[in-house]
Amino acid sequence: MNVDRLLGFGDDALVAAQRLAEWHASSPEMEEDIALANIALDQLGAARLLLTYAGEVEGRGRDEDALAFLRDDREFRNCLLVELPNGDFATTMAKLLFLSAYQLPLYTKLAGLSGHENAGRLAGPPHRDDAGRLAGPPRREDAGREDASRADAGSAGPPHPEDAGLADSAGPAGPAGGGDAGPAGSGEGERLAAIAAKARKESAYHLDHSAQWTIRLGDGTEESHRRMQDAVDALWPYTHELTSGEVSRDEWLSIVEPVLAEATLDRPADGWAPGGGRSGVHTEHLSYLLGEMQVLHRAHPGARW
Amino acid sequence: MLAKPSESCNTVEVYGNDIPGLLGEVEAAETALREAAARDTEAAHGEAAYFDAVIKADQKIEPRDWMPDSYRKTLIRQIAQHAHSEIIGMQPEGNWISRAPTLKRKAILLAKVQDEAGHGLYLYAAAETLGVSRDELVELLLAGRQKYSSIFNYPTLTWADVGAIGWLVDGAAIVNQVPLCRCSYGPYARAMIRICKEESFHQRQGFEILHTLSHGTEAQRAMAQGAVDRWWYPSLAMFGPPDADSTHSAQSMAWKIKRFSNDELRQRFVDMCVQQAGVLGLTLPDPDLRWNEERQAYDYTQPDYDELMRVIKGDGPCNRQRMAHRRRSHDEGAWVREAAAAYAKKRAADA
Ligand SMILES: [Fe+2]
Ligand SMILES: [Fe+2]
Repeated sequence: MNVDRLLGFGDDALVAAQRLAEWHASSPEMEEDIALANIALDQLGAARLLLTYAGEVEGRGRDEDALAFLRDDREFRNCLLVELPNGDFATTMAKLLFLSAYQLPLYTKLAGLSGHENAGRLAGPPHRDDAGRLAGPPRREDAGREDASRADAGSAGPPHPEDAGLADSAGPAGPAGGGDAGPAGSGEGERLAAIAAKARKESAYHLDHSAQWTIRLGDGTEESHRRMQDAVDALWPYTHELTSGEVSRDEWLSIVEPVLAEATLDRPADGWAPGGGRSGVHTEHLSYLLGEMQVLHRAHPGARW
Repeated sequence: MLAKPSESCNTVEVYGNDIPGLLGEVEAAETALREAAARDTEAAHGEAAYFDAVIKADQKIEPRDWMPDSYRKTLIRQIAQHAHSEIIGMQPEGNWISRAPTLKRKAILLAKVQDEAGHGLYLYAAAETLGVSRDELVELLLAGRQKYSSIFNYPTLTWADVGAIGWLVDGAAIVNQVPLCRCSYGPYARAMIRICKEESFHQRQGFEILHTLSHGTEAQRAMAQGAVDRWWYPSLAMFGPPDADSTHSAQSMAWKIKRFSNDELRQRFVDMCVQQAGVLGLTLPDPDLRWNEERQAYDYTQPDYDELMRVIKGDGPCNRQRMAHRRRSHDEGAWVREAAAAYAKKRAADA
């Protein structure tokens, strides 16, 4: 696998995580603060694995942090969609719907699984509890939380079984780690497949979450319908960039169109199709996002944290 | 007195032995909770007599039980303030998520801030068992009629503040909250058991951030010391006014909501921190801090309680900012909550 493509996958996840985390303590409901943090943690976890792997394949001794904090915007390979500002909650949900409708089939392919296994979900309407609140997003004890807070804190808790094969890859890449391995050997293919298999399950949850909100908002009040339609319209052009590679337009539409229909939203016409992210030509927004993300790391060259 | 640590733990050398010791108390409280439930309550005639008997027997009052009005009000006030603190407390730490210096640190911090949201939810749920809704409590917070911990009205100016909050603020929270695991009100005690276990992770993570910084570059070391200098006294003030001025204490003690006085808990916290500061290689900003052989405890300088009162009344560095943020998030989310309710209503009508 070409390093630029790997960086593209990792950068999509990293920039998406950075944007989603901006919602902390600002969500419309407390339950949603937890759900968005979950999704941001998933994206961040996938980004760490993918960037670590990209750094090893590249063979120049760059670990996840060197790639995240020491590249300039022109070296980032993420799609434009993820770097766009969060906007209102409808915009954030439309971004997440479009992104996860791409990431799910992408990771499914990279994991070496067949397409129909995408269909994990989209059953029934959103559930609410008796109080009319959204049924609490489960605070999942896996992925980012387990890796991040539990294991790192020296907890004796058992490692999550799914993480087993990936545990070693989560740390910084040893300089010798990938330099001698040729690109896309079968061992490497398995490594990427393992990362994708884990990320794929998370993407199914992201798709579910964003689809449910798109439906609720589209079919909620007049105001929410208007906001949701505006968000879908404004972001639609940026989705063409997603479907110019591993995932076909038809595959992507087969996930998104039924959600829009159930949400009583119009599917926008295709037209303007901005791109450039995959070759490092971004919107004006990315440089600011990176400026904030990288400021501390860059202020202390060589420091350990 | 608080129990001494009994079990050994492989993190003792790094973290000092007080937190594992306190965690032992959380376990003990959990066991006591089960035992109390199994014990046969003597037949007490009359509701008030039953209430008194339960308190006396160290059993738990449950939501369906009769309780004095003032007991209910005290609990609502205390649990709500605690829940609000978890929610407002997401802001100062969340301030560094976007700029965390490594991806691993970013993940740990994000998970921590998420934990605090979860704590808020458990606590609002515990308060709801007393017959008040979460929405009502949030309204009281937004109207400035209920408080949250004054500690969150201080700014997080550097990355080291994230470490100092974990070490000192979560550390103080644990010292405060471990006795609450034995609180006489069942739902509150159970929520605290769950929360204390998670807070101990936060405390260790904070300690570890500071430890890394204090053993890093000159600039990192200075950052760590600066943060400890700024957070030390506000953390001491978290235990509330000195016993002599504490208005709610006596009754809360009698009801077994509270088990130790403000000053007892503050002392315990100081003794714990002195040892850990030594491991960190950082100085606590108190020239009069010294071991008192007679008391078998450290003498220390009291925090500025006038400052505490000013901050509680609204004039801390960030009171206005924190409340404005909370109100803005609440207001901007209104259309989303309305939409979700409208959608649920439509679906219910379909069914
Ligand atoms: Fe908490
Ligand atoms: Fe905490």
